[in-house]
Amino acid sequence: MADLEWPVGRRIWVATLIVPPLAFMTAFVVMPILSAFVYAFYHWEGLKRVDFVGLKNFTDVLLHEPWAPVTWRAFSHNVMVFVVLMLIQNGVGFLLAYALSRQLPGHRFHRVAVFLPVILSSVIVALVWKQFLHPVFGLFNKVLSLAGFGTFTTPWLGLSETALWALTLVNAWHWVGFPTLVFLAGIQRIPPDIIEAGRIDGVNEWQLVSKIIWPLVAPSATVTFILLFIGAFNWFELPYLMAGVEGSPYGSTDVLGLYFYRTAFGNQSSGAQDFGHGSALAVMMFLFVAVISAIWTVRLRRREIEIA
Amino acid sequence: MSATPQTRDTGRATSGGLGDLLLQILLVGNSFVMLFPILVMGLWGFKSTGEIFGKPFALPNFSNLTNFVTVLTQTNFFGYLLNSILITGGSILAILTLGTMAAYGLARYRFAGSVAIYLFFLAGLMVPLKLAIIPLFIQMRDLNLLDTRLGLVVIYTAMGLPSTVFIMTGFLRTLPKELEDAARIDGASDARIMWSVMLPLARPAMVIAAIHNAVPVWNDFFFPLIFVQTDSRKTLPQGLTAFMGEYTTNWGVLFAGLTLSALPITIVYILLSKQFIQGMTSGAVK
Repeated sequence: MADLEWPVGRRIWVATLIVPPLAFMTAFVVMPILSAFVYAFYHWEGLKRVDFVGLKNFTDVLLHEPWAPVTWRAFSHNVMVFVVLMLIQNGVGFLLAYALSRQLPGHRFHRVAVFLPVILSSVIVALVWKQFLHPVFGLFNKVLSLAGFGTFTTPWLGLSETALWALTLVNAWHWVGFPTLVFLAGIQRIPPDIIEAGRIDGVNEWQLVSKIIWPLVAPSATVTFILLFIGAFNWFELPYLMAGVEGSPYGSTDVLGLYFYRTAFGNQSSGAQDFGHGSALAVMMFLFVAVISAIWTVRLRRREIEIA
Repeated sequence: MSATPQTRDTGRATSGGLGDLLLQILLVGNSFVMLFPILVMGLWGFKSTGEIFGKPFALPNFSNLTNFVTVLTQTNFFGYLLNSILITGGSILAILTLGTMAAYGLARYRFAGSVAIYLFFLAGLMVPLKLAIIPLFIQMRDLNLLDTRLGLVVIYTAMGLPSTVFIMTGFLRTLPKELEDAARIDGASDARIMWSVMLPLARPAMVIAAIHNAVPVWNDFFFPLIFVQTDSRKTLPQGLTAFMGEYTTNWGVLFAGLTLSALPITIVYILLSKQFIQGMTSGAVK
C-alpha cells in the first residue's frame, strides 16, 4: 500500500488529519520535556537563564549541602510510601478483586463503592481527611474511642512518627479501587475451564488463588505495579494539601514532589525561584522513573503467561 | 464469556460456606470504610460547628441549609464551578477532535512512517507532564497564557492526546474495511466516509476516551496551582483550597463546601458507573 499511488487529494486529506495533532504534541509535550533537560544545565536568575554550568545543578542536588540531605531524605520517604502502598493498595486491591469475582450477593454495589473515592479530586480527599484526622474533633479518633481504642488516639498528622503513614493510608483509601478493578478485569479474563479443572483436581481455595489465579493475572499486576511506582515517585497533591509545602512536621512527610515544587516555585512571592536546581531534580526524577519502570516492565512481562 | 451459565457455576460452585462468608465480610467491611467518610462529609454539611464537635454521629437536621447557603452566596463557588466546566469542556472538545483526527489517519490509512508516528504519540503515555512544568511555565509566559483558562486547556489537551490516540486507534482499527469500500463505491469522499460512516460507529470509544480524560482534568489541582493566581479564574478544586483557608474554624461550612464540590462528579458517576470504570481503567485493562 504505497502512499505514492494515492491521489493528491487523499494525501492532503491524510496530512490534514495527522499534522495538527502531531504539531500540538511536539509543541506542548516533546519540546517541554527536551527543554527540561537543557534547562538543568544552566544557572537561573528568576525566570532568566544566565550561565551554562554543566553538571553543577545535578551534583549539588545529589552530593552537596544544603540540597543533598533534603533530596535523599525525600527520596527515602518516596521509597517507603511505594513499598507500603504495594502492600496495602495493590495487595488489598487484589484480595478485593478476588472477592468481587466470586459474584456474591451485592457484588455490583461493592464494585461501585470501592471505586467511588477514585473519581474524587485529591483536593476533596485531602481536605476531608485532614479534618477527620484532627487530634480532638476528628472523626478518626472519635471512631477509635467509640470502638474502645481510646488509648490509641493521637495527633496522627502532628507527629513525625505517624504523619507519613497517615498520608499513605489516606492515599490507599483514595486509590484502592483502581487496582481492584484492574485485577477484577484480569480475573474475569481467565477462561472458566482452567479454574474448573483446578477444582476438579481438588486444589484448595488458597492454592487456586496463589498457584492459578495470581500467575494468570500477571498482566494486570504489571500495569498496577508500574502505575503505582510512577505515582509514588511523583506524589505531590496529598502531602502538599495535608502536610504543607515543607512536609510538616519537621520534614517527616517531605517527598521529592514537594522538594521539587519548593525549589522551583515555592518561594515565588519572595522572588527566589530556582529553576536550575528544580530542573535538575525534575530530570533526575524523570530518568529514575523511566529507567526503573522500563526495566521492571520487561521483567514483569516475562512472567506473564499467554492464555491460549 | 462471563454471561454463560457455565461461568456462573464455576464462579460459585465449590467452597461456598466459610470462605465465601469471609470474603463477603471483607467486601461489606471495605464498602463501609469507603462510604462512611463520604457519608459523614455530607451529614456534617448540615450541622453547625458546635454540633459537629459535640455530637459527631447524631443525624443532623436536614432542613438546616445555612452552611450550603453560606457556600453558595458568600464564596465564589459558582465562579469556580463555571471555570471547571469551561476548562474541562474545552479540553475534552480539543482532545477528542485532535485525538480522533490523528487516530483516524493512523488507523484507516497505511503510509510510510505511520507506525513511527503512532509510537511517537504512545511515547507520550510514559511521560508525566508534571515533570516538564518549568519549561511549560516559561512557554506559557512567552505565549501570554499564564493565569488564563486557555493556558490550562492547552496543557490538558497535550496531556490527554496520547491516551486518546491510543484508545481511538485501537477501536477504529476494528471497524471493517467493507464499510469504507461500500461507501467509496457509492462515490463518498474520504472526509464524508469518516464523518458520516465511521465516526458514528466510534461513539462508544469516544465516550470512553472522554471520561478517561475528563475525570483527571476535572479533578486536577497541580496545573492550576502553578498557572492560575487570579481568583475569578480558579477551578473548583483550587477554589476549594482558597475558601478552606478562609473558613478554617467553621467546620460546618467547610464540609458543606466539600460536599457541594464532590456532588457533580459523584452524581454523574452513580448514573454512569459502568462507563466511568471502563473509561478510567482503559489502557490498564486490555
